[in-house]
This record gives sequence, structure tokens and C-alpha cells, in this order.
Amino acid sequence: MLYDIRLTLAYDYASPAEASRTLLRILPRDLDRQEVLEGVVTADPPASWRQEGTDFFGNHTVEMTHEFSLTQLSFTFTGRVRRDETDAGLDLSTTLAELATEIEAIDSIGADSPHHFLAPSPRVPHEPEIAAFARACLKPDMTTLAAAQAVAAALHERFEFDPTATDATTAPIVAFRNRRGVCQDMSHVMIAALREIGIPAGYVSGFLRTVPPKGQERLEGADAMHAWVRCWCGHEMGWIEIDPTNDMLAGADHVTVAFGRDYSDVAPARGSLRTAGAHVSGHGVDVVPVD
Amino acid sequence: MNKPEDLLRSDAARRLLDGYQPPPGVEDEMLRDDGTLRPIWASMLRHLAQQSPEVLAQRFARGEQYLHDTGVYFRQYTKDGSTERDWPLSHVPVLIHDTEWQGLADGLRQRADLLEQVMADLYGEGRLVRDGLLPAELVARNPEWLRPMVGVKPRSGHHLHFLAFEVGRSPDGSWMVLGDRAQAPSGSGFALENRVATGRTFPELFAESNVHRLAGFFRQFRDALNGLRGDGEGRVGILTPGQHVDTYYEHAYIARYLGFLLLEAGELAVDRGRLTVRTINGAVPLDVLWRRLDSNSADPLELDEASAIGTPGLVSALRSGGLCMVNALGSGVMETRAFLAFLPRIAERLLDAPLALPNIATWWCGQQKERAYVLDHLDRMLIGPAYSTGLPFDSESPTVLGGQFRRNSEQPVRDWIAQDGRNLVGQEAVTLSTTPAMIDGKLQPRPMVLRVFAARTPEGWAIMPGGYARIGRTIEPTALAMQAGGSVADVWVMSDEPVQAETLHPASDAAFSRKFPVLLPARSADNLYWLGRYVERSETAVRLLRAYHRRLEAYGPDALPLTDRIAAHLETFGLDVDEPLPAGLLALLEQSRGCASKVRDRFSTDGWNALADLAATARRMRGSVEPGADAVQVMGILLRKIAGYSGLVHENMFRFDGWRFLTIGRALERADQTAALLTAFADPDAPEGGFDLAVELGDSVMTHRRRYTVETNRATVIDLLALDADNPRSVFFQVNIVKDEEDKLARNRGAARSSPVARQVLPLWTALSVAEPADLSTARLVDIRSELSAISDALTARYLS
Repeated sequence: MLYDIRLTLAYDYASPAEASRTLLRILPRDLDRQEVLEGVVTADPPASWRQEGTDFFGNHTVEMTHEFSLTQLSFTFTGRVRRDETDAGLDLSTTLAELATEIEAIDSIGADSPHHFLAPSPRVPHEPEIAAFARACLKPDMTTLAAAQAVAAALHERFEFDPTATDATTAPIVAFRNRRGVCQDMSHVMIAALREIGIPAGYVSGFLRTVPPKGQERLEGADAMHAWVRCWCGHEMGWIEIDPTNDMLAGADHVTVAFGRDYSDVAPARGSLRTAGAHVSGHGVDVVPVD
Repeated sequence: MNKPEDLLRSDAARRLLDGYQPPPGVEDEMLRDDGTLRPIWASMLRHLAQQSPEVLAQRFARGEQYLHDTGVYFRQYTKDGSTERDWPLSHVPVLIHDTEWQGLADGLRQRADLLEQVMADLYGEGRLVRDGLLPAELVARNPEWLRPMVGVKPRSGHHLHFLAFEVGRSPDGSWMVLGDRAQAPSGSGFALENRVATGRTFPELFAESNVHRLAGFFRQFRDALNGLRGDGEGRVGILTPGQHVDTYYEHAYIARYLGFLLLEAGELAVDRGRLTVRTINGAVPLDVLWRRLDSNSADPLELDEASAIGTPGLVSALRSGGLCMVNALGSGVMETRAFLAFLPRIAERLLDAPLALPNIATWWCGQQKERAYVLDHLDRMLIGPAYSTGLPFDSESPTVLGGQFRRNSEQPVRDWIAQDGRNLVGQEAVTLSTTPAMIDGKLQPRPMVLRVFAARTPEGWAIMPGGYARIGRTIEPTALAMQAGGSVADVWVMSDEPVQAETLHPASDAAFSRKFPVLLPARSADNLYWLGRYVERSETAVRLLRAYHRRLEAYGPDALPLTDRIAAHLETFGLDVDEPLPAGLLALLEQSRGCASKVRDRFSTDGWNALADLAATARRMRGSVEPGADAVQVMGILLRKIAGYSGLVHENMFRFDGWRFLTIGRALERADQTAALLTAFADPDAPEGGFDLAVELGDSVMTHRRRYTVETNRATVIDLLALDADNPRSVFFQVNIVKDEEDKLARNRGAARSSPVARQVLPLWTALSVAEPADLSTARLVDIRSELSAISDALTARYLS
């Protein structure tokens, strides 16, 4: 599929912000299954200074500063991305019982090493309640992929999609107990659950196709940046992406922006914005198929 | 009694050593296994034995007095918050011969080189993990391994510049490393203070004992840091988390000692890949930052997003080589306890040599074979968190000693290790050597750990010769931590030959040169400005309180309308006269002290002590002061203490820019307070006695009598307290000071035209210089106060923000 994508993040300031520095992760990655044909990140008003880079996990970053007083600020990504269908194929994943041994054999601390994705991370602490929930999803002799899908299904069942119940700072356990939230909450809870049962799990930020193909229902989470989970299913299968919000494997409708351990690694905009009493005044996404 | 054996047999020594019994199987620093004295201790023991207990107590008190006067403290944390406590000095130093010390120092140099190589690999190629020398998990799960720093090359070419090692002595007498300190090692400044205090306790002995001096180490490190400045233009700063941390005293002390700027994140900014500090003359680039805060807090943009003590963009600046960080961000990973299990093998690979100095035997329970070994030898193991950066004995987390849980859990040890092995290490339960501590007039053996500091210099690693040992509170090694009541002793590295006296300064025959101009960070200037204001405000409050209680004493309560007017005026300060020494006054004094504590790196010790003493006196007297005569007397005492403080500061302080802000703060406050007094007490409608009161508060009774032939009236009072060019209490006099001092600031800044501050000051100055008393109605005085306030705003905008 070819998509034309536009993302806008807009902020209003209660009182003029003196100067700000922002680190953006809104430019999609190039991957085997995905190619960014065109892509540009802009700010309004234009930045005083900017610098592009790549972070530890290989995500694109854009740093910007605004060295003057601001009352409004917005960041926009516009681009065209080709996204191939990923074939789920056969379940070639390792059994859950053997997964630990396979992980231990990996002598790497590179960005794709599963070792990064097992320990608690800044936004996903260890939670005994979620651990118990995860263990209850398991059946004997399960494969890693089956286990991960079972957890995703159970979470999808448990959660009601509710954009008013949480915000970007809500802790996973809070959303878990309230059984409400958005893609970020469900992804965090799923990551916590998978790690508790020994499956390396990370956070994926990205876009969802806004307008569904004819005759299909619109997916949840398409109005804003979306999030889902990737988990490591053993040597043979490697990383598999699952969208717990829609209880499905990520496919041609999912355009990846960034990988990380949790939201804190991939937040679309991190900056001195928050301290200036800013509030998000707009966050809009359009992902339109190009015929 | 020249021979050590004779010395031990003397009555005095026997009295001192009565009950001195190191536990069996433990090495003692002073006595050998057979109870004979190690020669290096002979003169110390002789010296201690020769003094009467009273004289010894006096000498120890002298050392403590020094620390107290200098303001050395540490912060103790309890469940109710934290408090400043006196520095716990154990008076008897640890003595080590320099031949032995050289061996230790060489071993630590090798270890420092090893740590650098490991650090470079963990943030570079990752070869140690790939080659199976370090488990991937111990890096990837490590909260101190900071992913944003991977691939960032340190500008200086090195990650580590300042390290400390915790070193203990094994039962066989050899040294071993118990832990590495690579994040932001503290204690080197305290070592200097330990040394001065101990030198005061044993002045003769110190002089004749050939003790290696510490200053040379600091000089080398200071020169090394200056050498790291890229173009030689930028500055060196010390980055502190702020005064809430237990080591803030040391940060300020080191900054003052070495002549570096003491900085907090709030005054730093990253400007296109360069780090700058806000000064009174705008942003100035910083080239080298000696970091005393944890890496993770350093940049909310790329590291801990919740950090309120970080500088956004710092990581980005490091990435572009904009500054040199000492130590590189992420160096905390080198403190990981589990690494101790792997460093011996890594040394063989990277250095092609075994560790010259072993570290404590350690097994990571995340590996099957090692876990089994630990379980088989539980009775000889300390079990603790693998990722902890603390010492085996200091741990706050559940720790197993000899198979027994020390706290917090019922779970059998074996289950715990089986379930959570990957997060645990076993460490050989070593015993530490003991060293003598003087307790209740007798020497007692106490466990000891040395902290040895290492600094990178162009000539290699310099090792600080001694200075810092931690001494247990009890014979139990678990009581070493200061938070648990442990203490700290000086360490004397002693030579057979006279040692070179070292100072921080270059040799006196070196060419004379002035240092480049001193920078004044805006935050320091702001604190000095407010210090000036708060102390002056306190003084006015004390004068008002004294005037109030004088009248209370003479006429009784409610007798004079003027007394009520004074009470009302005091209320504008938030002071309640129902309290003879109001809480609001203590608050003012605390605010003064608070400002001073934030500029301790550029404030004289005497000035600081005078201020601390003032606040302490007020606190102490608060409970017992009676209204009336007693309060008058107490206010008199406080006034004298304030005058003492002001004398120290204003007479002795060098006229650098900081002094100008202090002075401008005081002048603006005094001008404003005097104008306020005149509106309240020189108003035509003021109660009877108001004119005299104003003159009394303005400390101008004598002058008035000499100057005017008439009784006080509105014209004379306004003339004397508002317009007189020669009366230091007059508004005009103070505005004149503001004008002159600001002019010097502006000229230092190189401004061609008059500054925005001057444009506020000059109209007021001109008006006051030509005014007649009749021109200054109460309404005009109110206006003058707003003009003074506008000057303060302009000053803040121009220099302080």
C-alpha cells in the first residue's frame, strides 16, 4: 500500500513560553516491509535551529529549538510511505519453555537484541497484578506467539477503548484496574504482561490507516498516533508485532514510526514544552491510501 | 620507652589499650596477631599515651571545633526528613606506610585503566558482550547503562576522569577492592577537611610524621581539568544537584578550593551544541563540566524525563562534542556490583595481565554454575542485588549474610536465589581489618574501609595519598555507613623521609599572572542580591521590635497610639508583636541563611558563620524571651550580631561583582524601609512621638541633635532621613549607592549607553538631589517606594534572570 500521511501536534501556551527545545520522533522508519518515499518534519513557527539524528533503537529524531517567546507551536510530519503486507504465515515461534534458553544464548546488546525488552522500563514497572493476569492466559506447552496472542486477546476483551479515561502519563496499572484506556495504555499493559512471562516485549509507535477499505470497519486509534507491541518469538520467527487495541497482528494498515522499550523511548515530542504550562490543542493524523 | 614492646608495657598504653581485642581471624592495623605493635604506630600510640585524657579530649575538641566553624556537615536522612549533622570525625587517623601504599596505588591505576576500557566498550563496540566476557543481560537490564550515550565519543578521548575505589584489607593482610565509584565519587573534599581537622588535633605529631600531603593531587586534577578546555577560552564548572543533597557542602567547598564555578542545571542552557551558563553579563560558554549529579538526571529530554535538575539538550551537546563531561554520562554502570564477577577475566583479556589488586570474590546468580556454587557455600556468602552500586556492607536492599536473612523476608534463601537469581550476586563474606578508634577514653578496634581517589592527568592516573577512611560504629562490619552511625577518619600515608610540602599554588618563583576575569553566574548574583535585602529587612524588623518593646516597657500596653502604629507596621513584615520574638523574624533570618547557603562557594567562612550564629541565637532565645525589657535586651543582642556580620561582609569582602549585588540589595532595601518608615511615622497625621521614633529607627538621634537646633519636626526628619547626602540611613544616600554600583556593573559589561537600570535610577536620584523637605509628602514617599520597586525589577531583568 502507498499512503499519504500527515501528522500535526499543536500546543498552546497559557503564558508566553520563553524558549523551548523539542526532541521529535515523528518521522517513520525505513524497514524491510516499509519505505519512506518522501517525508518532511516542519514546525510553525519555524525553528531557530534543528538537527536530525538517529537514536539507539534506530529511530529518526529531529531536535528543534525555538529561541523566542511563543504562545502557539505546532509540529507537522507530511510524507508518502509504502507499506507492504506482512505475511503472518506459520507459527514458527519457540515454545515458551525454551524461550529463556534461546535468549540467554544471544550475546548482543545491539538495538534488536531481546535483552533490552525483558526488564522493567521507565513507564512499565513490575506489577504483580499484571503478572498474575498474564499467567492466567497461559496454557501448557504454548508457543511464544500463541501466548502473546492469548494475552492480546484477553486484554482486548478486558479493555474498553476510552480516550477520556487516561492521558499520556497514566501508569499501566491504573489503566489495567480501570479497564479503560487507549492504545498506549493497552500496549503498556501488554508489554508488562509479556515481560512477566519471559517474553521480550517493546513498544511501537506509528500510524493507522484512517479510512478503512470498503466493507471493513474502521480500526480504533486511527485519529491520533497509534501504538502497538512487538515481541520476540525466538530465533526462527524473530520480532512479531501485535496490536492489542484491535486484537490483530500488525499488517498493511500499520505504519511504523519508532521502536522502544515503552512510550518514554518513542514519545513523539519530548521537550521543555510541558514545564511552560502548555496544553495540547491539537493532535491529528490522516493516513490516506494513494490509488 | 623507645622500643615498641616497652611502649606497650607502659602503664599509660595499657590503660589506653585495656580491652583492645580485634576479633579472631581479623587483621588489625595497629597490632599484629601476636599482640605486638606495628612500628608505624609507635609514635602515634606514644603520643596518645603521653597525654592525659583531659588534654586528649581538648585536642579532639579542637579538631571538631574546626569542622564546626568551617561549617562541615553531612545530611542525615530519617523518616521525618533530613537534618544537617556535625561531620562524624574519628580522631585517630589510619596509618599506612608509603611503600605499602605504592603497591595499592599501582593496583588502582591498573584498575582505573581497565574501567576506562570496559566503559569505552560498553558505549562503543560492545565486544565484551559479543565475546562472552560479560553477559548481555547485565548490560541491557542495567538502569545505569544509558542507551542515548551509546556511540557518543567523549571529546577528551576518555570517559573516566575521576574515580574512587572502596578498598578493604583481607585477613591475610593484602588489599582488595570492594567496590568501584565511577558515577560522581564524593568524599575528596571531606578528605581535605578531615586532614585539616586531624592536623589540628595532632599538630606536632603530624609535623614530624612525614605524612604525604593531599594538595598536590588536587593541583594536578585542577590543571588537568583546565587542560581539557578545548580552545582555552571556555570555563570549567562543577555541576551540583543543589543544596538538598548530602554532599552539597563538599561541592561548594571543592568549587571554592579549586576556583571553579559551582553550577546548577537551572542556570545552564544548550545553545546549538554548546553548553552555556547564564551570567550577569549574558550567556557564557562552558567547556568542562565536573558532574556531581547522577547521569540519569542530567537531561530530561533524552534521559529521565521526570528530572527537574537536568539541562535539556545536554546529551545532544555531548554528541556534537560541545563540551567535556567528567565523568561521561552513563559512567554509573561501572559501579554495578555484578561486574565484579567478570572484571578478573576481562582484565586478562583487555590488559593481558591479571588484576594486580583482586576485587572481592563475586558470583552472579544468573548463571547456572555460579548459582549452584553460591547455594553450596551459603554460609560464607553475602547475597545482595546484582545491579546495586552500593558496597556489600552498605546495602539497603535485603541481603543475606551467612545464609540468614538480615531483614524483610520470610522466604527461604534458597527459593529466593532460585527464583530471582538473575538479580542477585553472592559475594565472599570477607572480614575487614580493624583500626583503633578512641571511644570513651580508650582505643577500640573498629572495622575500616578506605576510599581512595584517582584523577586522570596528562601523565596518567594520580592517586590521592590517603585522606579518607570509613570507620564502623561497632565491631560489626554492617555498621560502616555514616547513615548508620559510622564515622570517617583521615588516612596518613607516611614516609621514612621528609615529604615535600605541597600547596595548590604554583611555585612562588613562577611568573606572576592574573587569572582571567571572574564570572558571576546570574543565580549567584540573585542570591547575593536577596541576601543583602533579607539581612537589611531583618535589621529593620529587629529595630522596630526593640522600639516597640521599649515603649511597652515604659508605658505599658495600649497606653500609646504610637505603640499600636508600630505593631501595625510590623505586621507589614508578617511579624506578630504578641510573640516577643516573632516566628516571622526567624523566617527572615532563615531566608537570609538560605540565600547565603546557595552561594557558599563565593562567600567567606567567617561571614557564613556569623550569619548562622545570628539565626541560631534567635532560634535559641525564642522560647524564653519576655515582652518589655527582656525583649529590648534580646533585640540589642541580635542587632549587635547583625552589625558584626555586616562588618565582616562589607569591610572584608573583595569588591567583585558579587559584592556589588549584595550592596545594591542592601541599599535598595534600606531605601525602601526608610521610605516606609517615613510614610508611617513622619506623616502629619502620625501619632505623637512619630518623628522621634523615625529618627530612633534611623539610628540618627545624635546626628539630629547636632544638626538641627530645633526639636524633631517633619521637615528635619525628612531632611535627615530622606534627603541628606551624608547620612547613611537616608533614602538619597542609598539611592546614590545603587547608582554608583550599578554604573560599575554596567561599565564592566561594556555598555556604551546608560543601562535600562540606570534609566530607572537617574530620575529618582535627580529628584532627590534637588528636593526640599516640603516636596516629599507622604504620597510622594509612596511613589518613591514604587520607583524603588521598578529599579529592582529592572535590575532583575538586566542581570539576574
